[in-house]
Amino acid sequence: MSIQVQNISKSYQNNLAVNALTFEVKEGELFGLIGPDGAGKTTLFRILTTLLLANEGTATVAGFDVVKDYKSIRSVVGYMPGKFSLYQDLTIEENLNFFATIFGTKLEENYDLIKDIYVQIEPFKKRRAGKLSGGMKQKLALCCALIHKPKVLFLDEPTTGVDPVSRKEFWEMLKRLQQKGITILVSTPYMDEAALCDRIALIQKGSILKIDTPDQIIQNYDKTIYDVQSKNTHQLLHDLKNYPTQYSVFAFGEFIHYIDKNEAFNSDELENYLKEKGHQELVIKKSKTTIEDVFMDLTNLKQ
Amino acid sequence: MSEENIISVHNLSKVFGDFTAVNTISFDVKKGEIFGFLGANGAGKTTAMKMLIGISKPSSGDAIVAGFDVKTQSEMVKKSIGYMSQKFSMYDDLTIKENITFFGGIYGLSKVQIKEKTKKLIEELQLEAVASKLVGSLPLGWKQKLAFSVALLHEPKIVFLDEPTGGVDPITRRQFWEMIYAEAHKGTTLFVTTHYMDEAEYCDRVSIMVEGKIEALDTPKNLKKQYNVDSMNAVFLKLARNIE
Amino acid sequence: MKRFIGFVTKEFYHIFRDKRSMFILFGMPIAQIMLFGFAITNEINNVNIAILDQSKDNETHKIINKISASPYFHIEQEINSEAQIESIFKKGKVKAVLVFQNNFIKDLQTKKQAKVQIITDATDPNIANTITNYINAILQNYLLENNAINQPNYQIQTQTQLYYNPELKSVFTFVPGVMTVILMLVSAMMTSISITREKELGTMEILLVSPLNPLQVILGKVFPYIFLSVINAIVIVTLGVFVFGMPVQGSLFLLALESILFIITALSLGILISTVSNSQQTAMMLSLMGLMLPVIILSGFIFPISSMPLPLQIISNIIPAKWFIIIIKAIMLKGATIQIIWKETLILIGMTLFFIGLSIKKYKIRLE
Repeated sequence: MSIQVQNISKSYQNNLAVNALTFEVKEGELFGLIGPDGAGKTTLFRILTTLLLANEGTATVAGFDVVKDYKSIRSVVGYMPGKFSLYQDLTIEENLNFFATIFGTKLEENYDLIKDIYVQIEPFKKRRAGKLSGGMKQKLALCCALIHKPKVLFLDEPTTGVDPVSRKEFWEMLKRLQQKGITILVSTPYMDEAALCDRIALIQKGSILKIDTPDQIIQNYDKTIYDVQSKNTHQLLHDLKNYPTQYSVFAFGEFIHYIDKNEAFNSDELENYLKEKGHQELVIKKSKTTIEDVFMDLTNLKQ
Repeated sequence: MSEENIISVHNLSKVFGDFTAVNTISFDVKKGEIFGFLGANGAGKTTAMKMLIGISKPSSGDAIVAGFDVKTQSEMVKKSIGYMSQKFSMYDDLTIKENITFFGGIYGLSKVQIKEKTKKLIEELQLEAVASKLVGSLPLGWKQKLAFSVALLHEPKIVFLDEPTGGVDPITRRQFWEMIYAEAHKGTTLFVTTHYMDEAEYCDRVSIMVEGKIEALDTPKNLKKQYNVDSMNAVFLKLARNIE
Repeated sequence: MKRFIGFVTKEFYHIFRDKRSMFILFGMPIAQIMLFGFAITNEINNVNIAILDQSKDNETHKIINKISASPYFHIEQEINSEAQIESIFKKGKVKAVLVFQNNFIKDLQTKKQAKVQIITDATDPNIANTITNYINAILQNYLLENNAINQPNYQIQTQTQLYYNPELKSVFTFVPGVMTVILMLVSAMMTSISITREKELGTMEILLVSPLNPLQVILGKVFPYIFLSVINAIVIVTLGVFVFGMPVQGSLFLLALESILFIITALSLGILISTVSNSQQTAMMLSLMGLMLPVIILSGFIFPISSMPLPLQIISNIIPAKWFIIIIKAIMLKGATIQIIWKETLILIGMTLFFIGLSIKKYKIRLE
């Protein structure tokens, strides 16, 4: 096991940020913590990177205890905090050299590991980090976190606020790093990124809702979701919510995801109801379940 | 939605030194429309938005917002719009009521109006139990919903929303969009930026900015057809690749 | 060691690339010295005074000549009666009137004591005070000369003690003062800001999650500022000596050692401030309110400690700057050796150890 978390809790004043979390991350796994802001992702990351002490529970990273062996952990993990945390007034090259020296290594030593990423930013190596675009900053931060060939890589919301293109590239880089044997724990508020992880933990308000592979989570979901569409989305939302047997109604991209309470639900009845309400260009069809659907259903049940 | 243009931008540019942040963009937004304003970080979205809300002077070009010229009548522009951003929305160290009173006050509402609006707003959002609590203690989702309502206090013709749902959980995100729909239904124009591509689908029309220019502008449906893909995310990826 | 050098190099990049900190580091000392040296001076030059000589003898003439020969005074007019005094003050023509009583020479020779009255326009008390002191000095000087040459039995009545600064040169108080302020500013404020900046940026998180131990981080942060503060001290002393004629009577080596000691005191205060503040703004406020104000007001730099109310006098003892000012004044003006200032030095060392101990105790190896 690369990361073992046992019953970890942490509260600030009276706010329970992390509530009795337990999970394991296997060696070489790409594990995702999926949840919105305030779910406790950052707190958990800080506990695992030895920056915070938990109130309760134990955890090990790469075999070391997060409290007792904090020094050992600090030299074998790579960490990319949520905020862009590099020196803006230093150039790409200077940032890399700095992080290399504090980890007692050189850029050349583990060049294999970062080569793919580094070649993309190398043409700008004399440029200061503050003047780089979001995507390039993120690549530089990843290079810095990898420079000492960490056993475990912690990435706290690396793709937040980054455009879809850079996000896609970033996940491709993570996949390649994983193939080189690095265990990766990554957090994200974007549910669509969940599918790119080996296993995920859905997390909300400090608690884990579900842990499994993304495919399993979707397969185990027992409700049928329908895509509904009409010309007037706002009216459609309203009418669906007033349908007597509705279980949940959520806007979802160009469609509305509708779930009915009854297993023997017949979509024709719904179609008639909506037609009566005057909806035009009506579409009703079975939808593919996504992680976001499961997440919403789980949080809805909790409330 | 009517055919009347409430925002009319013509060859608008903003230059910082030798860097062109916004490069001669032109577009119109119709009254009552939900207009999505997308683009990567650093594409010039924020700069363009700042010019439209009258806090940054254009280097060249024209923009008429709610009937006023952003260059010469920026004060009138500010009075006719509402603005809410992810970074700053409300004062964390004031209570919900105090925030509403403060923002009502700066938009020139009378005491009676503020009182009425406060009551209505707190009821609508079901915040009765926490009305006297500090805004800082609210969950992010509630805060954003409240901030949106506060931006609507003075019944502006247009509301600018800068990444209003960043980091918000999926359910609250949808509730937020339902509020947006309801507002558009009343005839208010909504100008929205977002990083969630599924939210782009909720807009009536979407523009995508790349490196200071508007590279695409149409309804989500037409854009998907044009690029022959099935999601806005794919449109975005294709567009960026074409430019590179 | 390699890590340490890497860290220090990075710190120098930060400092040299930030115009603001470069200005505080190097512009400020020079600007302050020049300001205090040229603008905010207590010295007087060519002040208009009037003379009322009711004795009109040889000796009063000698004294009047001496005064008019000095660069400090210009004798605007000689008046004839006391009644005129008020009117010329009102016209603002003169700042002081020097009155010789009747029988000046006779009193001097028979009673061995004569009376001179110095009437000053005290609307500006500082200048009035200075004028009085200057005239007194000239009178003393006259008496000394006279006693030496002719009348050894004349006695000196007014004893003005101006041993170390006979001309009351303000440069002698402001050079040590400015040096203290600058060293405090550079060392304490700049280090506390540079440490809290890492917290604010989030880079502190990465530094903590690295094999660097916290002591290395602190030393790496502090070292560049020791170096820069030493340069500052050298610049200030050099300017003081060559531009304003400030003497250095004592050992330069001792001066250097004491300065380094004070720099370390200030740095430890800076580290302490950074352990309790999370933003650059807090660090700046704490440094300014908590350090700069006491240094300027309570250290004896501008306001003499002896004329403060007793509670403030007691409080002034806990201000490290007070002791440093005493030390460098003693070295520069009196040529003091360590035998004379060991007590003050020990106090500073004690304070430094206390602050370092406290910061180590307060320093967090984690985020909270």
